[in-house]
Amino acid sequence: MTTLNGLAAISLTYVALLFGVAFFAERAAARGQVNWLRAPVIYTLSLSIYCTGWTFYGAVGSAARSGVEYLTIYLGPSLVMVGWWWILRRLVRIGRSQRITSVADLISSRYGKSNLLGVAVTILAVVGTTPYIALQLQSVTLSVDVFAHFDDTGTHTPPNTAFWVAAGLAVFTVIFGTRTLDSSERHHGVVMAIAVEAVVKLTALLAVGSFVVWGLAGGVPEVLERIDASPMGEWQINGGRWAGLMLLSAAAFLCLPRMFQVLVVENDSDTQLRTAAWAFPLYLMLMSLFVVPIAVVGMDLLPEGANPDLFVLTLPLSQNADGLALLVFLGGFSSATSMVIVAAIALSTMVSNHIVMPIWLELRRGTASVSGDVRQVVLLSRRLSIAGVLLLGYLYYALSGGGAALATIGLVSFTGVAQVLPVMLGGIFWRGATRAGAFAGLTFGFVTWLYTLYIPSLSGGVLIPDNWFIDGPLGLGWLRPEALFGIAGLDPLLHAVFWSLTLNTIAFLAVSMASFPSPVERLQAAQFLAVDAAPGGARSWLAGSAQTEDLMIMAQRILGARDAQAVFAREASRQGVEGDLPAPTPDFLQRLERELAGSVGAATAHAMVGQITGGMSVSVEDLMAVADESAQLMEYSARLETQSREISRTAAELRAANEKLTRLSVQKDAFLSQISHELRTPMTSIRAFSEILRDADGLSRADRNRYASIIHDEAIRLTRLLDDLLDLSVLENGQVNLNLSEGRLTDVLDRAVAAALADEGGHMRVHRRHKDEQIRLFTDLERLSQVFINLIANARKYCDAAQPELTIAANTQDGWLKLDFIDNGSGVGPEARDLIFEKFARVSDQKAGGAGLGLAICRQIVARLGGEISYIPELGGAAFRVKLPIRQDSTA
Amino acid sequence: MSGKVLLIEDEPNIIEAIKFILSREGWQVHAHSNGETAVQTVRDRTPDVLILDAMLPGRSGYDILRELREDISTQSLPILMLTARGQTKDREMAERAGASRFMTKPFSNSEVLDAVKALSGA
Repeated sequence: MTTLNGLAAISLTYVALLFGVAFFAERAAARGQVNWLRAPVIYTLSLSIYCTGWTFYGAVGSAARSGVEYLTIYLGPSLVMVGWWWILRRLVRIGRSQRITSVADLISSRYGKSNLLGVAVTILAVVGTTPYIALQLQSVTLSVDVFAHFDDTGTHTPPNTAFWVAAGLAVFTVIFGTRTLDSSERHHGVVMAIAVEAVVKLTALLAVGSFVVWGLAGGVPEVLERIDASPMGEWQINGGRWAGLMLLSAAAFLCLPRMFQVLVVENDSDTQLRTAAWAFPLYLMLMSLFVVPIAVVGMDLLPEGANPDLFVLTLPLSQNADGLALLVFLGGFSSATSMVIVAAIALSTMVSNHIVMPIWLELRRGTASVSGDVRQVVLLSRRLSIAGVLLLGYLYYALSGGGAALATIGLVSFTGVAQVLPVMLGGIFWRGATRAGAFAGLTFGFVTWLYTLYIPSLSGGVLIPDNWFIDGPLGLGWLRPEALFGIAGLDPLLHAVFWSLTLNTIAFLAVSMASFPSPVERLQAAQFLAVDAAPGGARSWLAGSAQTEDLMIMAQRILGARDAQAVFAREASRQGVEGDLPAPTPDFLQRLERELAGSVGAATAHAMVGQITGGMSVSVEDLMAVADESAQLMEYSARLETQSREISRTAAELRAANEKLTRLSVQKDAFLSQISHELRTPMTSIRAFSEILRDADGLSRADRNRYASIIHDEAIRLTRLLDDLLDLSVLENGQVNLNLSEGRLTDVLDRAVAAALADEGGHMRVHRRHKDEQIRLFTDLERLSQVFINLIANARKYCDAAQPELTIAANTQDGWLKLDFIDNGSGVGPEARDLIFEKFARVSDQKAGGAGLGLAICRQIVARLGGEISYIPELGGAAFRVKLPIRQDSTA
Repeated sequence: MSGKVLLIEDEPNIIEAIKFILSREGWQVHAHSNGETAVQTVRDRTPDVLILDAMLPGRSGYDILRELREDISTQSLPILMLTARGQTKDREMAERAGASRFMTKPFSNSEVLDAVKALSGA
């Protein structure tokens, strides 16, 4: 009997062998010897991770319990391979051309690069896959248990088998799953190790099968007899359940993260897929060939109550065929480990790309440049994610107790992961599918799955109270988790598959049709749907056709001669080539591309290398990437342009401000000069006459009086001038408070005329139409009166007619008052009309004696009252029009 | 000593004051208020001293001064320039235009008298 220690030794040796294979494959890939690594047969064998430990052991158990139903699990993928080959081909081509790294990436990328969708699919995948990883750990533990049971040394199952298996797998996956960060995300080492494992598990099953049929049963006819004699011959095929299970396994085959990883992400060419289309169904057929015979013979030979799930292992052990049993153990071990490794890679890629990195980038935003150390961060994030995924699987295994709950978990996981199918197929075939639709579909499917299958599958009473299953939540019978909408009596699994996928699809279609895709979504949809028109790997080069010298010339142009030569020389010495012209291996081309990308951008670098190597033409997708980069550059330059426009605008504003200041300064000088003149002139008279009065004796009393009154008048003039200046200053600064009140226009005019013509002696005649003046004004009546007095006084002062007359005409329109003051003099000359409202713009001779501030003050007052004052030419004499609102807005 | 003084000024009170001050000392003062006809009046009157205000209606005093200095007959006429602005640049302008003397308003009576005396004696 093989001891447990021996088992451990053999397992470790086997694992070391796998490490060796993976390492060897990685080394070969690094040297550029990738052709055999890409052989279609390797690809086909890697697909075998579909057959996990669960199918390796459980298929026989399932056959023993439920007859040939286990076949559905194999038929689903076979149907996809044969019948839906075109779906697969499209998926694989999209995966290559869009450099898709996972299911989550595919969905997120198709629907406008929505990371929210990526996160949703990632969560779905983690929730759906974790129990499955636990299942693999259980299968390894169980198989070790079996050996312990048969072990005559009396030792018991070593504790924590599952933990050590999980830890070992984590190490392997970290080493070979995160060696490179190429955009291709291809893992030659892992794929090669999985291919080896595929061979081991198939060999093991075939060996056990042959042993059972020819060794134990005595030949094919005898086996057929036993089958007829067993209960298996009487099992009926339940058509609905078969169809459901086949659909489910087909969907899972496309959507499972690990299957997507090997099918799409690790795929290199259509050739691989063409071979797999017939070779993989063949592999599945071979895997299922001896399931029924083993089940039947096991039931016959092994004692009642033996676990049929372990017949594959217990049959040879019971016959003391230790070597065979060991082979079977390794087969089961291979099935479990290969699944876990690939699942961990796939999940960690998703978790890292859609959850960890976005968070990290968000946290790092604003702090320094992230170009340098990002690679290390991504690697670390991947590694932590792998460890996290495996830890999660182990915890699930440990906490669920590894009991019967795990047995059904395989199909439960399938159903959960299958929720991605409508969104995935819609994404690659239907232009109208939108992000909102995808989100709705996934949400409905996921929730329905949780409610009808996942939560019920956890043993009773967890999360959902037991009575819900009988009466429905809150007594709503149509919401019973296993009989939604009153459809009872269905198999719970089938029920869940039916409702989750139906609601999922309906929500996806309905919301997609009701929503509009964003531009990015349209673009991505167009690219995804057009993929058949432009096949070909975007980032892989055909080695050998590249022209190293041309590459060198191009690199020199971009990097500069010295740097370019250094890069080439380094590569040459790495390859062990004489001189500095290395062979254009894909590895080197990628490295070169990265070097160039630092200077010209990744897409441009790729397109340039692509041009020279001639391994492929520059694809539309490459051109679009170049366009993206150009767009970014253009945006940048547009920003610069905007900035420079802003700067020149600021400069112009500064220049204008400066000119204005200069103008103001000139105006201020002129103003001060004017004030000086207006002040000094009366002061001159005052001084002269006061000196005369002081010095001159013998002045007549009349002269003395006359000179004294000159002094008096000039002093008054000075005072008035200062008053006007202050008034104007207050008005110009807007500090004046309006004293609003209501009054009739005619009263205001009466007072103004009286004041302005007080000592005039009735020489000037004033014409008014009192009928028109009965308007009630609401404004500052005092200020308005000041304006009127000024205008009337001006007419009195400047009207040069022999019989001076002034006409004051009022009329109203739309809430505005128009008041014209027209005299019959010669008016204001055209050259002066623009000036009269300026300060000190006294244009006529000095007989009036004013300082020239009157009209400037009038203009300010009327403006404060919300109106305007203007000179109207061609009306005979001087004509001024005051226009202002009848009712002043009291808030103004 | 006395002679003819022509006063070109537009402010009536100032005219009266200067007339009073100078005529009391025996000067014959004639006043003229219009800038446009000032030059012609100078030629007609041939004064011994001209008192010229810088700011006149019709024409600036500086302008009149320049024209007088360009004419041979009035090139050396003693001219007292009066201004009410009183900034340095006004003085400079007066000197450039060729004023014999420059005086800022308000002035004292004796200043005017002394200036006219000095100018006529020169």
